[in-house]
Amino acid sequence: MNTPLLHAWAARWQALRHRLPAGRTLVIGLPYGWLWLFFLLPFLFVLQISFSEVEIASPPYRALLSQSEDVLNIALNLGNYRFIFDDPLYLDAYLGSVKVALVTTLFCLLLGYPMAYAIARAAPTQRNTLLMLVMLPFWTSFLVRVYAWMGLLDNEGLINTLLLALGVIDQPLHLLHTAFSVQLVMVYTYLPFMILPLYSNLVKLDGRLLEAAADLGCRPWRAFVTVTLPLSKNGIVAGAMLVFIPAVGEFVIPELVGTPESLMIGKVLWMEFFDNNNWPMAAAVTCVMLALLIVPIIYLHRREEKALARAARH
Amino acid sequence: MTMAPPLADSAKPYLQIVDVVKQFGEHTAVNGVNLSIAKNEIFALLGSSGCGKSTLLRMLAGMETPTSGRIILDGQDVTRLPPYERPINMMFQSYALFPHMTVEQNIAFGLQQDHLVKSEVQERVARMLELVQMSKYARRKPFQLSGGQQQRVALARSLAKRPKLLLLDEPLGALDKKLRQQTQLELVNMIEQVGVTCIMVTHDQEEAMTMASRVGIMSEGQLLQVASPNDIYERPNCRFTAEFIGETNLFSGQVIVDEADHVEVGASELRLPVYVGHGITGTLGMPVWVSIRPERVGLSRSEPAGSCNHDHGTVQDIAYLGGFSIYHIQLASGKVIKASVPATRWREETAPTWGEAVYVSWADNDAVVLTL
Amino acid sequence: MQNTSSMSWFGRLSLGSGLAFLYLPIVVLVVYSFNASKLVSVWSGFSLGWYVTLFEDEAVMAAFGLSLKVALLASAMSVVLGTMAGLVLARFGPFRGKSLFAGMLTAPMVMPEVITGLSMLLLFVSMQQWFGFPEERGVLTIWIGHVTLCMAYVTVVIRSRLVEMDRSLEEAAMDLGARPLKIFFVITLPLILPAIASGFLLAFTLSLDDLVMTAFLSGPGSTTLPQLIFSRVRLGLNPEINALGTLTVLVVAVLVIAANRIMLHQEKRRAALAAAA
Repeated sequence: MNTPLLHAWAARWQALRHRLPAGRTLVIGLPYGWLWLFFLLPFLFVLQISFSEVEIASPPYRALLSQSEDVLNIALNLGNYRFIFDDPLYLDAYLGSVKVALVTTLFCLLLGYPMAYAIARAAPTQRNTLLMLVMLPFWTSFLVRVYAWMGLLDNEGLINTLLLALGVIDQPLHLLHTAFSVQLVMVYTYLPFMILPLYSNLVKLDGRLLEAAADLGCRPWRAFVTVTLPLSKNGIVAGAMLVFIPAVGEFVIPELVGTPESLMIGKVLWMEFFDNNNWPMAAAVTCVMLALLIVPIIYLHRREEKALARAARH
Repeated sequence: MTMAPPLADSAKPYLQIVDVVKQFGEHTAVNGVNLSIAKNEIFALLGSSGCGKSTLLRMLAGMETPTSGRIILDGQDVTRLPPYERPINMMFQSYALFPHMTVEQNIAFGLQQDHLVKSEVQERVARMLELVQMSKYARRKPFQLSGGQQQRVALARSLAKRPKLLLLDEPLGALDKKLRQQTQLELVNMIEQVGVTCIMVTHDQEEAMTMASRVGIMSEGQLLQVASPNDIYERPNCRFTAEFIGETNLFSGQVIVDEADHVEVGASELRLPVYVGHGITGTLGMPVWVSIRPERVGLSRSEPAGSCNHDHGTVQDIAYLGGFSIYHIQLASGKVIKASVPATRWREETAPTWGEAVYVSWADNDAVVLTL
Repeated sequence: MQNTSSMSWFGRLSLGSGLAFLYLPIVVLVVYSFNASKLVSVWSGFSLGWYVTLFEDEAVMAAFGLSLKVALLASAMSVVLGTMAGLVLARFGPFRGKSLFAGMLTAPMVMPEVITGLSMLLLFVSMQQWFGFPEERGVLTIWIGHVTLCMAYVTVVIRSRLVEMDRSLEEAAMDLGARPLKIFFVITLPLILPAIASGFLLAFTLSLDDLVMTAFLSGPGSTTLPQLIFSRVRLGLNPEINALGTLTVLVVAVLVIAANRIMLHQEKRRAALAAAA
């Protein structure tokens, strides 16, 4: 390792090192910078454009700043926001989305909790396999699974075909493109997001607590309600947040299995942007949605940080 | 409170810890520690959890930086040096062996950081393996070794670079009791064979007293006493140390006789005063504590002679431990005094039983007067 | 939770019905991909015809190729940035802006993609106006979007692995004279390699499957597979999609089961060797 060439390279590297930012700054700076640029900064643009007006141009909105002689004009168009609050379509869509998201969260909890609990209490060797089975659908394409439901619920789909064949019904049930289908597929899609945090929480529960409760005369159901349930609170909240927040803005499911009437806000945003080409309106809808969701997001973030801090200390 | 440490013979201390303080926010973990260590000394920092000993050790290793104060090793101020630039090596409590490397690679790691020639590295690793008697296991991975074997590898790894200072963090904490006693002596032998200055941190009294030439008792971030194991045990300088090391009987009282060559302490819980056969720095009437070790308390059925240093009571409890028994004697004042009596004491007579009346007594220089 | 006794009947019922619910559509999808007839209501015999059609469909193949390319590139970058971010959150002490940093890493995971997609698009449009770059939306913009999204997930995986890792290993390395950069590559990285692998897989899956954000960020000529599927499915049922779906399920199932098996096997080996010590 004594070649002069290597020495020269080493010397150049040393010189370069002193001019590069310190290692630590780089490691923080790269991801931080990326997120600032591509995640945070875009929101400013959304805000800016939400105050703009539609125009036949490319891009299809009017600039906010304009200059006439020595006067710099900033035109903030509040029309988009006014429209959102005046036109019942938007309010209905927001409320509808929240409602659907809440119902989805509830059913995911009702279905997911027993499953997570059962897996957590299974023997360690079984647990792995069961978890894998639950997570496998999650890894397969989301789109394909929604499509699969379309096939099942369709008027000529499997469910109707079977029921007709069995003679349970005479006419095919109108299952697809209903509020029911949206809710069903939402629950189906978001179920793994509820099961996983619930499971991680429940699996850390000390089984001996339940043994102690039984020893003290507590029947299983009561033990569950007074011991297990409160202790799994964190998992429930985490799962609920992980389902609710993205569910509000869901687009694909209402688009593929929903009705044209019952709009969800994600679909409204898409339509405003792609169909109406009304970027400012879409931006305004986005801002309102953000305002709606920012509080739950911060709440979730705080909880995650606290949980991690607690875990790190042990 | 800072202590002027009793230095070993050598004139210049090898390691100096000067007024070191470490604060974590509001909490002060280390509160002004002064300590000097001589070359090749084995020193133990003893204290219960939370006393600051681990923090002090980590500051020596470089994992933490003191809030104030200095650390000087062999004339070099290492206070602010990062760990990888200090001539100090540490053996971790969990051993921290790199799981993805073999025993050989683990020991060689430190030497490779110094960019030593390959042959030199190999030679030194081989020598280290021989020292800790792990040459057969050179190619094994840590998870294939038992706890004791892992410890030896950890020791070899921390000695490989011939550090100026070796730090041991609870060296025997992870071993089970039987292995511990054997390992204590082995460890000391290996350290002395290599000839390295060593500071160990432990909460186990036996470990500290057996392995170290000097012990420092720490509590709440401060060093209370630094002395040889014998001195710490026989001549504790404060109540905390007296109670922390081994067992003792403590009585509170006042100095009633204060002479140059003897003092007498009147304790409310004892019938007669306590006579101590040497002078103390103190004044007449000063409130003091008297510490008498259980093994110094003798039992007899007949009243001892003299107007001091004995009392009378009933046997309240007996803890039979085979070679010796600990008698709990309740005195007239209600206070219970513990006496540790060897089984051989009862060769000529039967041992006292529960409820029996006995006399307790101790010699003139058995009691230690504590002013703190 | 440890419970050596077998599961209660309620547990078995809920798991059984839950799993049935989760797998019913998938099973039906697979079955009908082999249906010779185009209609779902009629089974006219076993056929691989739709698979043939699928492989001959150039649009599908092109879209798949593009999706694969983007997924590989996006996962690679996500792993790099995500590992850095995970390291920062798990190992670096507090610094100004750390909570914002952590927040920016949680948010993309839950924020609806319509929001993130639209906002990033508007950024690119403005950038194009001011700098002339990026001139056109396409692979680059899709890649940027995917990296931003996937990075958050990778960070979570890496971070939790780092947090549970024994820190004294890194301290021991420092004590033995290794500098921080070296410690990362020689000690930390080998030990978090499984986490990096699962982070990569997670990012890959997310990127391959992403629709909404991609729709906002793609341009002419850059149609990903989900986009293609979506446009076709909107028009109605299509057995070719059944075939595609079945293949996806098959590939994923094989990979997941294989990964699981390897992990279990490794753990068994370790336990055996440790017990022999």
